[in-house]
Amino acid sequence: MAMAAERVGRSLAGWLWRPGQRHAIPILLLLLIGFAAPLLSILGFSFAPPRTFSLWQLPTLENYRTIVAETFYQSFLWSLGMAVVTVVILVLICYPVAYGLARTFGRWANLVTLLMVLPLFVSENVRLYGWVLFFIKGGVLLGSLKSLLGIDVESVLFTPGIIIFGMVYVYLPFMLFPMTLGVSMVPREVTEAASDLGASRLQVFREVELPLAMPGIVIGCLLTFVLAIGAIAEAKVLGGQTVIPVTHDIEIAFTYAQNWPLGAALAVLMTLLVGGLVLAVLRRFDLDRILGRR
Amino acid sequence: MAARTQRWMPWLIGVWTAAITLFIYLPSICGLLASLTQSRYFNFPITKWGLVWWGKTFASLEVRALLETSITIALIVTAIAVVIAFFGAIAFARFDWKGRSAFQKLVLLPIFFPQSVLGLALLLWFNALGIETSWKTAIFAHLVWVVPVVTLVISIQVYSFDPALEEAAFDLGATRWQVLREVTLPVLWPGLFSGALFAFLLSWGNFPLSLFTTGADTTVPEYMYAKMVAGYTPGVPVLGTVSTVGAAILLLGGYGLILLVRRGRTGAA
Repeated sequence: MAMAAERVGRSLAGWLWRPGQRHAIPILLLLLIGFAAPLLSILGFSFAPPRTFSLWQLPTLENYRTIVAETFYQSFLWSLGMAVVTVVILVLICYPVAYGLARTFGRWANLVTLLMVLPLFVSENVRLYGWVLFFIKGGVLLGSLKSLLGIDVESVLFTPGIIIFGMVYVYLPFMLFPMTLGVSMVPREVTEAASDLGASRLQVFREVELPLAMPGIVIGCLLTFVLAIGAIAEAKVLGGQTVIPVTHDIEIAFTYAQNWPLGAALAVLMTLLVGGLVLAVLRRFDLDRILGRR
Repeated sequence: MAARTQRWMPWLIGVWTAAITLFIYLPSICGLLASLTQSRYFNFPITKWGLVWWGKTFASLEVRALLETSITIALIVTAIAVVIAFFGAIAFARFDWKGRSAFQKLVLLPIFFPQSVLGLALLLWFNALGIETSWKTAIFAHLVWVVPVVTLVISIQVYSFDPALEEAAFDLGATRWQVLREVTLPVLWPGLFSGALFAFLLSWGNFPLSLFTTGADTTVPEYMYAKMVAGYTPGVPVLGTVSTVGAAILLLGGYGLILLVRRGRTGAA
C-alpha cells in the first residue's frame, strides 16, 4: 500500500518534471493562490448571512433571495446593454484602422501601434477626467463655444450616452489589436485571387476578408465586452451616477452599505456570466494559430 | 470603378486613423491645458497661464510619498513578473505537452476578467487569511493580472524561437546554464524587454486592483481618483500629465532601444 502510494507520488513528480509542465509550475501556483482561491472565497462569502464579515459561518441563500426580490436586474440590464452597444460601435470604428495597420500603412504601422498602445499605460480615470475637462460647463468645448461664438449649450456630461462614449474611448485598443491580428491573418493572395476572379470590393470583404479575419474580431469583441461589463470608472467619472451598473452596486455593497455577502453574491453572478461566456468562446480557438506559431 | 476605389481607400483610412488618434489624445491635451492655469478652478479659455501648480505639486511631500509607493510597487512587480512569465511563456509556446491547450486558456482567464471584481475577490481572500492589506499585498494583486499579460508578450517572441538553436548548443557540449545565458536569453531578449516594460507600465497605471488591495497606502492613480471625486485642484491634471508623458518617454525610449540594438546586431553580422 505504502509502496503503491510512493510509486504514484513518484510518477506524479516525474510527470510534473517534464519540460512543459515544469515551466508552467510558477505561473500555475500564482494563479492558484491569486486567482482561483480569491474567487472561491467570494463564492464562500456569497453564502454568508447578510452584513457579516467572516467566512466561517452557516451558509444561507439569503443574499441571492434579496437580489432576485429587489431591482438589481436593472443594473444587470444596464451593464449588459451598455456593453453590447460599446462592442458594436468599437467594431465599426476600429475595422478601418485595423485594416490600415495590417495592410496599407507600411512603415507607419509601428508608429500608429505605439500611439495606440500608450494610453493603456495611463490609468483610465485620468484619461476619463480629461473628457470631463473637455465637456464640462466652462471646459474646453463649451468654454470655447461660448467665448468664440457666444453659444451657451447644456453639457452632455452625466447622461447614459456619455458613459458609452467613455467606454468606447477606454477600450478601443483592446478591440483594435486583436482585430489587427485577425486582419493580418488573411493571406493577400486570397483577396487578390478573389478580385482577379471578378469579385467586387464588397464581395471580397464579405466573402473572403471578414470570415478569415473572424478569429481576431471575435477575440476583440469578447475582450471589450468583458471589460465593458466590469467597467466602473466611466459611470462614476463621466456618468455622475445617473446609471448604476452592476459593478457600482457591488462597490456600494462593499463600502457604504457594509454588506459584504450581498456584494459577493452579485459578484458571483457577474463572474458566472462573464466566465461562462469567455470559456464558451475560447474553447473554439486554436491560440497557437492566432499568436503565430508556424 | 474598382481601380478608382482602390486608389482613394488607403487615403481615407489614413484620415480616419488620424481622427481616431486625435480622439485618443484629446483628453490628455485637455489635461495639459488644465494644468497650466494659475487659478484654483478650471475655466476655459484660460485667462492666467502659469506653472504655479506644477511647482506646488512637486514641492508637496504627500505627492513625493505617492510617487515613491507607486514606483516601488511597479519595480518589484516588474522583477517578479518577468521571471515567472519567462518560464510561463516557455510552457505556453515552446514545448508540446499534454494539457498545454488548457494551460493557455487558463493563463488568459485573468486577462479576460473584470479587474474590479478580481480586486474585491483578493480583498476577501486576504481578509479570510487574516492578512493586513498594504502596498505589499498590492504587489501580489498586480502580479495576478500582470503576469498573464507579460506571459503573452514573451510567448509571441518564443513562438518565433527555433528550438534547434538550443539543441545545437547542447550537442556542442554546452551546459544547461551556458545554453540559457549564451543562447536562450540573448535570442528572447526583445520579448523579455518588452515584457518588463509592459509589467512596469501596467502596474504603474493600475487603479482597480490597487483600490481594493493597498489598505492604508495610496498609489498615484488612487490619489488622483480621490481628488477627482472630491477636492479638485489643478494638481490632478499635473499628475495626470506627468503619468502620460512618463509612460510615453519609457515606451518610445524602450522601442528606440530595441531598434538600436537590432540595427547594431545586423550591422555587426
